[in-house]
Amino acid sequence: MAREDEWVRVERTSAFKELTRKKKAFIIPATIFFLVFYFGLPVLAGFTTILDGEAIGSITWAYVYAFAQFAMTWILMHLYVSRANRWDDLVDRARHEAGEVR
Amino acid sequence: MSDQAISIIFFVAIIALTLAITAWASRRNVDTSQHYVAGGEIKGWQNGLAISGDYLSAASFLGIAGAIALGGFSGFYLSIGFLVAYLVVLLLVAEPLRNLGKYTMADMLTSRFNASSVRSVAALSTVTISMFYMIAQLNGAGALIGLLLGLPYALSVIIIGILMTVYIVAGGMIATTWIQIIKAVLLIAGSLLLSLFVLARVGFNPFELFAQVESELGKEMLAPPPPSGLVAGLDVISLNIALVLGTAGLPHILIRFLTVPDAKTARSSIVTATWIIGLFYLLTPVLGYGAALFVGQDAISEANVAGNLAAPQLAEQLGGPVFFAFISAVAFATIVAVVAGLVVAASSAFAHDFYTNVIRHGEASEREQFRAARITAVGISAAAIVLAIPLGSLNVAFLVALAFAVAASANVPVILLTIYWKRFNTTGAIVGMLVGLISAVVLVIISPNVFTGPSPEPPATPIITIDPIFPLKSPALISVPLGFLGCYLGTLLGGRGAEREREQGIQRSYDEIHVRSLTGISDIEREIHVATPEQEPRTT
Repeated sequence: MAREDEWVRVERTSAFKELTRKKKAFIIPATIFFLVFYFGLPVLAGFTTILDGEAIGSITWAYVYAFAQFAMTWILMHLYVSRANRWDDLVDRARHEAGEVR
Repeated sequence: MSDQAISIIFFVAIIALTLAITAWASRRNVDTSQHYVAGGEIKGWQNGLAISGDYLSAASFLGIAGAIALGGFSGFYLSIGFLVAYLVVLLLVAEPLRNLGKYTMADMLTSRFNASSVRSVAALSTVTISMFYMIAQLNGAGALIGLLLGLPYALSVIIIGILMTVYIVAGGMIATTWIQIIKAVLLIAGSLLLSLFVLARVGFNPFELFAQVESELGKEMLAPPPPSGLVAGLDVISLNIALVLGTAGLPHILIRFLTVPDAKTARSSIVTATWIIGLFYLLTPVLGYGAALFVGQDAISEANVAGNLAAPQLAEQLGGPVFFAFISAVAFATIVAVVAGLVVAASSAFAHDFYTNVIRHGEASEREQFRAARITAVGISAAAIVLAIPLGSLNVAFLVALAFAVAASANVPVILLTIYWKRFNTTGAIVGMLVGLISAVVLVIISPNVFTGPSPEPPATPIITIDPIFPLKSPALISVPLGFLGCYLGTLLGGRGAEREREQGIQRSYDEIHVRSLTGISDIEREIHVATPEQEPRTT
């Protein structure tokens, strides 16, 4: 069998389809969210003064926003990794399924 | 004992430690795979520490502390951008890169495009980015050693350059990895200690630190600079684009994902790295504001106009000469480690991509390849030294930001589209990389960084006394979209179209790239068989 067909066969397995669907369903919204959240800070700080006020003690809203970005990075990272570690099973299943239809 | 003698002892200790690692690693550095990617056998936590070591450069440790000490909140943009960038790396780039690549970034692109032109251009952009970055680090190191040991700048640069060459030629990626790991531990320990010294002065209450900054230095140190028109606002956004996207295109960071055995380990190494890097960046306001309060902004800008010596000055002020020598030695280790990582990235691009695969058409023997890798490491180090000596007056942070902008513009579009765009073709890849690379460099040259005009605002000094043509200091706002546009238009207008390229064998089928990048299956015949052993004819 031609080598290329083997790749197509993996692609057609239900496990692989599930993998791509799940990955897309997480990565696309997550990426849009963190980019919007990230660029929110320079846009608000560069064109308005609404982050200049003090939030807690002497700490300004700009710093609160900045620290929130740290929290966002760590949270999104762990959300992704815990999912991705589960998706590894789908990879194994895709290998099996592709082998079986041979 | 004089202060300088203490400094010398710490420096010698660091150098001895790194050379000992190199001697140990050199016994394992026996072939090209070991030399380029440590045989792909680095563990997740080790690689995580090594990524942190590669990433937390002189710009992070010396530059950000100084930028916050002198400029307040705006210096913290660097910390945020450098950290959030890891989401781009983790979600979009790291695993596909690990699954498709071998030794270099170009390997990943040529896993799809079977064209030596793609490889050559990718190698060119890797060498360019690494050179800018290396010159920045050597620049900072030269100034640091000059200040501490009283050596002339040129001599300091040459000493570091020679050390670097020894690490790479003898120890390859294994030595580099362990030097990164030790450096990361030293850097975190040093910054934590220094932060504790600062916090001890304010009753271990971070709120009190901010309150003191407000009462002694003014409220504007804690808020972003007031909006001052369209150009200034766009410049902030442009800088942030380069910061958040650049990391995903930095060759010395990308090749770290090729040193681990699989995508899962690549993932876990990012988790370790992101925690370490994030915690370090959380300390940067403490270091920066601490320096501004306890050293004083005048004393900081007097020692270095960009504030690059704020952290060592703070250590001297709060911990005396021994702590000063320790922090300076940590800064030195930081620079040495980063440059070592850069030399590996640049020399592997040259030796593996250009020599082995383009000039020798992949037919060089293992021994020839290994020798070429070592010779180019010497060549790359020598070139960096020769370039860094006359450029001693350039600002470190500016050179690093330039490297990030070039990486974001030249590498990121082509990496993303190679993984995710089915219709992408070789012409698109080449045009995209060249447009991104050239536009980023040209825009910087005609920007206020280089075309300073006759009397720029201090601390900038006139370089070329022509008024800037491009108003932004950071080019990414324009050059990143141009990079993507180059990929897109190159694909649409030039060449033969992805389908024709596949028929002619210039491009692998996208089905293959799609499956490989998502699953890590590389040898389909073997791996699908292994997955179903019961269907194999038993030979035993």
